[in-house]
Amino acid sequence: MADALLSPAIGGIMWAASAAAVARSSRKIQQELDGNRIPLMGMLAAFVFTAQMINFSIPGTGSSGHLGGGLLLAILLGPDAALLATASVLVIQALFFADGGLLALGCNIFNLGFLPAFVAYPLVFRPLATGKAGQLPRALAVLLGAVVGLQLGAFGVVVETVLSGRTALTFRAFLLAMQPIHLAIGLVEGVVTLSLLAFLQKARLELPRPTEQADTAGRATVALGLLTLLLGGWVAWYASKHPDGLEWAIQRVTGQSELQGTASGWHGRLARVQATTAVLPDYQFKGSQEGSHAVTSLSGVMGGAMTLVLVAGAGWILHLRKRRA
Amino acid sequence: MVNLGDRFRDLGRMDALGSQESALHRLDPRAKVLVTAAFALVVSSFGRYEVSGLLPFALFPVSLAILGEVPWGYLLKRIGLALPFMLVLGALNPVLDREVLLHVGPLAITGGWLSSFSMVLKLVLTVASAVVLVATTGVDGVCQALERLGLPQVFVVQIGFLHRYTFVLAEEAVRMLRARELRSNGHGLTHREFGPLAGHLLLRTWDRAQRIHQAMLARGFDGNFHMLRRSSFGPRDLLFLFAWCAIFLLLRIVNFPMLMGSLVSGGG
Repeated sequence: MADALLSPAIGGIMWAASAAAVARSSRKIQQELDGNRIPLMGMLAAFVFTAQMINFSIPGTGSSGHLGGGLLLAILLGPDAALLATASVLVIQALFFADGGLLALGCNIFNLGFLPAFVAYPLVFRPLATGKAGQLPRALAVLLGAVVGLQLGAFGVVVETVLSGRTALTFRAFLLAMQPIHLAIGLVEGVVTLSLLAFLQKARLELPRPTEQADTAGRATVALGLLTLLLGGWVAWYASKHPDGLEWAIQRVTGQSELQGTASGWHGRLARVQATTAVLPDYQFKGSQEGSHAVTSLSGVMGGAMTLVLVAGAGWILHLRKRRA
Repeated sequence: MVNLGDRFRDLGRMDALGSQESALHRLDPRAKVLVTAAFALVVSSFGRYEVSGLLPFALFPVSLAILGEVPWGYLLKRIGLALPFMLVLGALNPVLDREVLLHVGPLAITGGWLSSFSMVLKLVLTVASAVVLVATTGVDGVCQALERLGLPQVFVVQIGFLHRYTFVLAEEAVRMLRARELRSNGHGLTHREFGPLAGHLLLRTWDRAQRIHQAMLARGFDGNFHMLRRSSFGPRDLLFLFAWCAIFLLLRIVNFPMLMGSLVSGGG
């Protein structure tokens, strides 16, 4: 998920949702604060962060894959610590590598952190993982957990993108593109998670166990999160041809389709000035019926070029002043 | 695995840039974080077909990059790394949305081209602003700002630990991958080898992380990271915050490129 695909309304909602989840998990971790767990969380997060950059080849396909780590962290740390660890990885990625961006951070924490740790882990992995580690039922639980986690994450991306209305992709087309790809990615994730867990089992590494407890408030949060997502998907199905939420809201509030409409008084006054300054009078190009919505003419192109020259000029002046200082 | 080593060198470089000295570096991190967040919010509020209105926003990353002495090559490289994903996604728009929205001379421009150009432009702007933020504030600074803006302390300490351990791990990972590469006679890494390789990496780092943590405890670590540059929010920071927010609002409401364009071309 990236800033460029998001509208502020959707980005803001997801920020609020993720902030609430992170705050809740932080509180729980702080309460059970056990000296060894905090550096363990940091270390495992750094491990996932590094392992994500190690690509390996997938036999028979010619493509390569890498670890995502959401389910692995949930299994090793428990959901609350896993959410914090994943979220910290995403924060560092957004800040350092500009992956995603600041506004998209809320979406990314929700899709890659919350959904695997609080939906796939408790609702898919835990009930199925009955046998001992290294046995078939547990292996299947890991595979299925990884697949479900990634399917949900992909679905989240589709819903958030379509509701934001920044791409021309329809809900159906984007959904049909994303889910099958993430089925494959989910299987790879499951296999890799499994092989890592098997290795840790063989090495008999004793990681401090997360305290397991039935958590009704957690269940409620999960149900609420899923409901939101499904509702969002349902709305997206209908709204995919609409403008985005904020524009829609502006339309409802002001009765106008664009904010620029409020500057029309200015336009009138400037029209007179324009007649005297115009280099190319009457040299107009036809806009379309949706003209008010788009950049309509040569003006936009010329003005845009001038803006870039101005920005570059401002930059140059700053640069010179800084050198003199 | 030049790739991995490269990425971590970048990480180190970002830290080095963040600890430089300039008027911009001395501003309170909170002011910079808030302004960057406002920037992302305003830029993303532009509609799907908006291109011209977005251009003036380049003023923000450009002027901050100059004031903060962020090297241009570095900034462009970071943007270049983020571009491919958006180009692939944006490439679909011209195919899907063929409605002609405007004509420039003989050229008919469809909504798809406009929307994909708008997406790429937004990506460049938001990535540039995020890079400039960290390059002028540093990760520690951003963490400090996040904590003082109300993020849970456990979470902020977690980010700090991740940041520190990442360097420990990266060193080990690069060494292991190089060793594997030298012995593998040109064979790529398969998923079968990934488990044991990553597992060993985890074991080694776990040992080291424990030693580091013991050492930190022995030196009085109390769950807090203490900062040398502990700034307070002064009038300069307030001015920085409000001036940029006012500029963003002005640029959001008035489309200056269109105004200037219509002044010279006479078109509406």
